[in-house]
Amino acid sequence: MRRALALLLALPLAAQVPYERILRAGAEPGSWLTYSGRYDGQRFSPLDQITAANVAKLRPAWVYQTQDLNKFEVSPLVVDGVMYISEPPNRASALDARTGRPLWQYNRYVPNDVRPCCGRVNRGLAILGETLYMGTLDSHLVALDARTGKLRWAVPVADYRLGYSITVAPLVVKDKVIVGVAGGEYGIRGFIDAYDAATGRRDWRFYTAAGSGEFGVETWAGESWKTGGAATWITGSFDPELNLIYWGTGNPGPDYNGDDREGDNLFANSVVALDASTGQRKWHFQFTPHDVHDWDSNHVPVLFDDNIRGSARKLIAMANRNAFYYVLDRATGEFIAGVPYARQTWAKGLDDKGRPIRLPNTLPTKEGAVVYPGLHGGTNWFSPTYSPLTKLFYVAAREEGTLFFKEKADYQPGRWFSAGGIRGLPGIEPSGAIRALESTTGKLAWEFPLRSPPWAGLMSTAGGLVFGGSSEGWLMALDASSGKLLWRFHCGAPIFAAPNSYLDQGKQHVAVAAGNALFTFALD
Amino acid sequence: MRWLWLLYPLAAFAQPNTGEQLYVKNCAACHGDKGQGGRGTVLATPRLKFANDEDSLIYVIRRGIPGTEMPPAPLNDDEIRQVAGWVRKLMDSAPRPAVSEAAVRGQKLYQTRGGCAKCHSIWGEGGVLGPDLTDVGLRRTPAYLRTAVADPAADIPENFIQYRWVINIPDNFLIVRLTTRDGRKLIASRINEDSVSIQVRDQEGRLYSFFKDELAELHKDWGASPMPRFRGVFTDAELDDVAAYLVSLRGNR
Repeated sequence: MRRALALLLALPLAAQVPYERILRAGAEPGSWLTYSGRYDGQRFSPLDQITAANVAKLRPAWVYQTQDLNKFEVSPLVVDGVMYISEPPNRASALDARTGRPLWQYNRYVPNDVRPCCGRVNRGLAILGETLYMGTLDSHLVALDARTGKLRWAVPVADYRLGYSITVAPLVVKDKVIVGVAGGEYGIRGFIDAYDAATGRRDWRFYTAAGSGEFGVETWAGESWKTGGAATWITGSFDPELNLIYWGTGNPGPDYNGDDREGDNLFANSVVALDASTGQRKWHFQFTPHDVHDWDSNHVPVLFDDNIRGSARKLIAMANRNAFYYVLDRATGEFIAGVPYARQTWAKGLDDKGRPIRLPNTLPTKEGAVVYPGLHGGTNWFSPTYSPLTKLFYVAAREEGTLFFKEKADYQPGRWFSAGGIRGLPGIEPSGAIRALESTTGKLAWEFPLRSPPWAGLMSTAGGLVFGGSSEGWLMALDASSGKLLWRFHCGAPIFAAPNSYLDQGKQHVAVAAGNALFTFALD
Repeated sequence: MRWLWLLYPLAAFAQPNTGEQLYVKNCAACHGDKGQGGRGTVLATPRLKFANDEDSLIYVIRRGIPGTEMPPAPLNDDEIRQVAGWVRKLMDSAPRPAVSEAAVRGQKLYQTRGGCAKCHSIWGEGGVLGPDLTDVGLRRTPAYLRTAVADPAADIPENFIQYRWVINIPDNFLIVRLTTRDGRKLIASRINEDSVSIQVRDQEGRLYSFFKDELAELHKDWGASPMPRFRGVFTDAELDDVAAYLVSLRGNR
């Protein structure tokens, strides 16, 4: 009997993740319950077994190979001994966290004519109770039984034939599943949706390209909002006390040429704060009004608290694709600070409301205009991290200029809708860096240079480390205070994902997707 | 939009739905508007190295060619078939080259006064400091090849670092000068480099790998070519002959 009980306890337990557990995720650092780990978007692990002193002994624990050659961008969930991942194009898998052996797999048929702009990818799952949620390339939200991988329901979010797709990991808030869409290069009209987690019924929708009768419609010439883009393809954050969801929005459509959409184009290139119960907008902040450089603000909003000029404030920070780092008040959206963190040649600076002061000759032209940051931005969708221990904000920055061209484009439903193009700059080798910024000011604390512009996200830990990756395939551990390189492992292929950390068998592990495999590491 | 698969050409194409338009939008920046080549291989040629029938051509467009600059095309099956059809048209438009007397004279110069085989290989014969030339006539234009001999630094191919997530290849043949922490100095050709390490080959062909924290100094000779200029060594007529020989190197034995 005792033996049987021990055997039972050794088996992975069924996932039971009520909302209260996600709410208190900070109290169980051994789990990883949302895309960013917790609602605050910090991608900080309170685990401290792996430290600057022993990280040199970090070794691979197991490697899981996907069967698909598309980019592998997942951030895994880890619950009660089981790791839940999505694999490209739209497979969900449950892996035994101890060995990496699959427990079940679910495949969604993906039609041939789906239109993701940049690869058939998916960034992860959300969990509530015993149900997992995944967005699909054909713009559905599917709910899976976390014990078996069997489909519970699937509901259409949008018509993929019009260029909508879903690559974002959903976010569960209370009894709702929040999800966004991609398709900013197809003339879609972006939105953020909330679905009833039990039934899949839609509870609310917030359009990120403001339309008729809505606040902000006057910032779009004519009916240009109908194809205005402002996609929502990176997971947002949530403040339970304020009951606000924070979500970044993408470029207005068409890219590169704003002549047919005069105005600021709200709420493109913004962060919006929405009431979690109703989807009503509480505030918004637009980083790049009337964007013509494809500088999506599809970033994870990082929530933290600190003192500003002597008074305690609830803050939100974003290192934006437009190369500026911003600090806002997350209750009101008030602009507090903003400075460049990567090379930029397009703005003289920000005014006292945080609006950029554009420099002349930086708009795309027929002949081409050189601008820093380039198309891919000073950073991109990959996660930043914030450590409450160092109070530093860490970002993987890209140093890469682009020649931007302006053309004409006519909208045709479901077709590529981009009025221009780009070229790299000949003779200039792009590079990158992992940078640590003082979180309330954006002042540079340290940087670790990267030879290639990065596509990997970052994670900080209570062990005083920052984990990050390179496009060459290195997974690295840096000293969170100094940026000193303490450990490195070559995964053999570029990293397009962010690391996370969890406990298995009581030991701290670090996981990251690289190439077409998921790597996990633990101390010897 | 996170990134673009390829360098977009200047021309606007509102309806990229024919094979030609898809080609110009997705392929021409490297392969040239008429398939004449550039940074990418010449397509207006009777034979392609990696695609000797329709299936392999479609496969190459869909998947790219690992180990080369060729990335997968972000196109659906129907579009890929259309592009492949256009590429076949470009191939059919190619003139059939004849082996010329100039090429025969050029081969002689390559083997004797040029000393080219010291650094370049054809079918595995020769050095490895410079690019392999077995099928360079398929991949580069006659004008480019002539310039590359006369004045190698005039047009050094860009490296493709922006595309590293699909292309994991050695970089261009950049000359680096490095000093190790224990004082050794080396002038060598860069084979690969990343954020923490660099691999190089010296003039004798020896391979070295360094972690960057083992180096005191790492200097890159941007814009310089390790290859000597042959303008002044060869006459204009001889340069024409060497170029004709290189053009004739099309992977045929």
